[in-house]
Amino acid sequence: MNNSIAKEKIISLRKKRSLEDMRFKYYGFTAMCLSLAVLVFLLYTIFSKGYTAFQKTIVLLEVDYNQEVLKLTPDSSDEDMEKGKFFRVKKQAIENFFPDLSKSDIKLVKKLFSINVDKEIKDYFLDNPEVINTKQQIWVTAHSDVDQLLKGNSRRDVPEDRRKLNDIQLSYVDQLVEENRVKQVFNNFFFTKADSRHPEIAGVAGSFMGSLFTLFTVFILSFPIAIGASVYLEEFAPKNRITELIEVNISNLAAVPSIVFGLLGLGVLLNVFGLPRSTPLVGGSVLALMTLPTIIIACRASLKAVPPSIKEGALAVGATKTQAVFHHVVPLALPGTLTGTIIGLAQALGETAPLIMIGMIAFIPNIPTGLTEPSAALPVQIYLWVESAERGFQEKSAAAIMVILIFLFMMNAIAVFLRNRFERKW
Amino acid sequence: MFFWSLVLIAVGIFSSFIYARSRIKLNSKKQGTKSKSLPNYYAQYVLMWCLFPALIVYFSWAIFQEQIIQNIVISNFEFIEGAVYNEGLLLAEIRNVANNPSFADGKSIEIINAASHYSSLRQISQISFYTSIIIIMLLGALYASQKLKPEFHAQHTIEKYIQYILIFCSSVAIFTTIGIVFSLIFESLRFFAEVSIFEFLFSTEWYPFIPIREGQTAAEGSFGAVPIFAGTFLVMVVAMCVAVPLGLLTAIYLAEYASQRVRKIVKPLLEILAGIPTIVYGFFAFVSVAPFVKAFGQSIGIDASPTSALAAGMVMGVMIIPFISSLSDDVINSVPQSLREASLGIGANKAETIKKVILPAALPGIVGAFLLAISRAIGETMIVVVAAGTAPNLTGNPFENVTTVTVQIVVALIGDQEFDNPRTLSAFALGLVLFVITLFLNIIALQIVKRYRERYE
Repeated sequence: MNNSIAKEKIISLRKKRSLEDMRFKYYGFTAMCLSLAVLVFLLYTIFSKGYTAFQKTIVLLEVDYNQEVLKLTPDSSDEDMEKGKFFRVKKQAIENFFPDLSKSDIKLVKKLFSINVDKEIKDYFLDNPEVINTKQQIWVTAHSDVDQLLKGNSRRDVPEDRRKLNDIQLSYVDQLVEENRVKQVFNNFFFTKADSRHPEIAGVAGSFMGSLFTLFTVFILSFPIAIGASVYLEEFAPKNRITELIEVNISNLAAVPSIVFGLLGLGVLLNVFGLPRSTPLVGGSVLALMTLPTIIIACRASLKAVPPSIKEGALAVGATKTQAVFHHVVPLALPGTLTGTIIGLAQALGETAPLIMIGMIAFIPNIPTGLTEPSAALPVQIYLWVESAERGFQEKSAAAIMVILIFLFMMNAIAVFLRNRFERKW
Repeated sequence: MFFWSLVLIAVGIFSSFIYARSRIKLNSKKQGTKSKSLPNYYAQYVLMWCLFPALIVYFSWAIFQEQIIQNIVISNFEFIEGAVYNEGLLLAEIRNVANNPSFADGKSIEIINAASHYSSLRQISQISFYTSIIIIMLLGALYASQKLKPEFHAQHTIEKYIQYILIFCSSVAIFTTIGIVFSLIFESLRFFAEVSIFEFLFSTEWYPFIPIREGQTAAEGSFGAVPIFAGTFLVMVVAMCVAVPLGLLTAIYLAEYASQRVRKIVKPLLEILAGIPTIVYGFFAFVSVAPFVKAFGQSIGIDASPTSALAAGMVMGVMIIPFISSLSDDVINSVPQSLREASLGIGANKAETIKKVILPAALPGIVGAFLLAISRAIGETMIVVVAAGTAPNLTGNPFENVTTVTVQIVVALIGDQEFDNPRTLSAFALGLVLFVITLFLNIIALQIVKRYRERYE
C-alpha cells in the first residue's frame, strides 16, 4: 500500500519534472523565434515602405515650342539654344493644360508638376532641336504630392487643410487618371541624382558615391596598418608590458562607442589639423580608426591559424625571421585578413554617428567626384530623409535602406566567398 | 594636385629602385666581390629613403597648406574700420571668389584683392610643393646611394626598418586612445571653465540655449545633466529588459537543445540582425514601433508621446539580442562537458542541468556579456536620435519622451559649431562621461570574462 503511494508520487513528480523540462525548452524556442520574427518584420517594414520609391509618376504635357515664345530661330547656335526662354514655354503649357483655366486654377495646376519640369522641357528640346514650332506631347515628372497620392501613401479622406493637395487639385488628378495622362515608370532619378529639397528628384547617387569614397579611404588606411600591427603583435612583439598595454588598448578601443570617434575626428582632425569638413577623407579616417581594432583582431586570428611548421620550415632553410613571416606566413593568411577587412568595412559602411559629428550631414545637392569634396554618405542620407517632415522622403529613406542592405549583403557575400574559396584547413 | 604628386612619387621611387639595383650590381662587379645582400635589398633601401621623406612632405603639405594660406590671407586682409567680420564666412567668400571668378560680381574690392592674393599663394604653394618633393626625393636617394657598396649589410638594415614600420602600425591604436582622451579632456576643461562641474553632474536643469545675441532676454543656459543621465539609464533598462531574456534564452536553446541543422540556419540569421546598421533600426523604431507604442499607450489609457523611451529601448533591445546571444553562447559552450555529464548522470533532466549546473557555472561570463551589452546600449546613437526625444525630461515613465547622452552630443554639434560656446563644448563633456563609463564597464567585463575563461582552462 505504502509502496504504491510512493510509486505514484514518484511518477507524478517525474511527470512534473519532464513537463518543466519541456516548458523550458519551449521558452528557448519561443525566444529564438521571436528574435527571428522581429528580423522578418523589420525587413518586411522596409520593403513595404520602400518599394514604391523605385517608381515615379509622370504626366503627359503638351508643349508648344513656338519660336516667338522661345525667342529662338531654327538656325540658332547651340549656345543660344541653351539660353532659350523655356520657362515661358512651360508657363504656356501649364496654362493650356486643362481647357479654360482661371488664374487661381493655374497656380493650383502648377503645383502638380515637379520643379524639374523646366529642365526636362529644355533637355527634350536640346536633344531634338528640330521640334521647334511644333507641339510636342512630353512625359514630365509630377510633383511629389501627386506621386504620393497615386501611390496611396498619402490619404485623401483627411480634412482638406491637413492635406497637401486641396479638393480642386484632387479633382484635377482624378481627371488626369481618367484621361490616362499620368502613369508610373521606373524612377531613374533615384539612382542618378543626389539629394534634393524636392522628394521627386532626390536620389542616392550622391550619397552612394560619398560612401564609396569613404570606404575607399577606410580601406587604404586601415588594411596596411591593421596587417602591420597584427604581424608585429603576433610574430615579432616581445612579451613585455608595452605589448600587453597595446593589446589591452586594442580590445578596449573595439568597444568605445562610435560617437566618441566622431568627437575625436572633430576635435583632432578638423580642429587641430584643419582637414576639410564634410569630406570622405575625414570621414574615412575616423571610420578607419574606428574599425582598426576589429580588423586587427580578425587579422591576428588568421595569422594564428597558419601552422608554425611553415614558418619553422622557412627558418630551417636559412630564411631570416622577416623573410619567413613576409614570404610565407602573411601570404597564407591573406585571404583571412581580407575577409576580416571586408567585415570591418561593412561595419564602417553602416556607421552614421561619427559622420554626423564631422559634418557629413550637410545638404549636398551634387555628386562628389573626389576625396576632398564635401559629400554625404548613405546612412547619413537615410537619417536626413527619416527626419524630414516631407512625406515623400519616407519611401526614399526605406528605399535607400534597401540599397545599403544590398550593398552590405554583397560585401558579406564576397567575404564568405573569399573564406570558402581560399581558406585552407591545416 | 595631390593625385599628380602621388604619380610623381611613384615614378620617383620606381626609378630609384631600378637605379639602385643596377648600381649595386655594377659596384660589386667593379670590386670583384659578391655583395653581402641580394641586389633587391639595396634597391629597397634606396626606395625607402626616397619614399618616406617624400611622404612626410606630402602629408605635412596636405594638412597645413590650406591653414597657412588662410592665415596669410586673413592677416593681409584690408579690414575696413568699424565693419564687423566673421572670419569663417569671410574665408568662405574669398575661397568662392578665388575658385570661381563669376562670383566676383558685386563683391567688395577688398575681397577681390584677397581672392587674387589667395589664388597666387596657392600657386606658389603648389610650385614649391612639387619642387620640394623632387628635391627631397633626390636628397634621400643621394644619401642612400652612398651606401651602395658590396660590404654594406642592406638586408639587416631593411629588416630593422620594417620592424620600425610595424611598431608604428601597432602604436596607431595607442595614438588613437591618446587622441580621444586628450581631445575630450581638453575641450571638456574649456567647458568646465564656464560651467561648474558640480552643476553639470548634479543639477537637474538642462537648457543649453544661452542667449546668442546681446540684449536677448532668454534664460541663462544651464547645464545640469541629470535628466540626460536618467534618460540614458531608462532607455538602457528598457533595452536590457528586452534583450536579456530573449538573448539568453536563445543562446541556451541554441547551445543545449537545438540540432546542428537549426544552429547552422539560425546563427547566420542572428548575424544578419547584428550586421544591420543602427540607422535602419532607427527607421524601424520611428516608422513601426513608435506608432505602435503610442497606440498601445492610448489603449491602456496612458498618454504616450510619439517618440518614447519605450519605442527606442525596445528596438535597441532587439539590436542587442544577437550580441548577448552570441557572447552567452560562447560562454555556455565553454562550460566543461564533464559538469553536464555529471549532472545528467545523477538523474537530472536537461532543464535542471541547465538551471542548476550550467548557468551557475557560466554566470560570471554571462554577467560579463551583460555588462558589455549595457555599454553597447549606452553608446548607441542613431536609434535614440531618431526614436527618442531631444528635450530633457526627468521621468521614470517609459511612455514619455526622454533624451540620452548620445542624442545631446548630436544635438549640440549638428548646427553651428562654435568652440567658444558652452553649448558646443558640452558635447565633449558628455562624450567624456560616456567614454569613461563605457571604458569602465568594458574593463570590468573583460576582466570577468578573462577570469572565467582561466577557471575552466
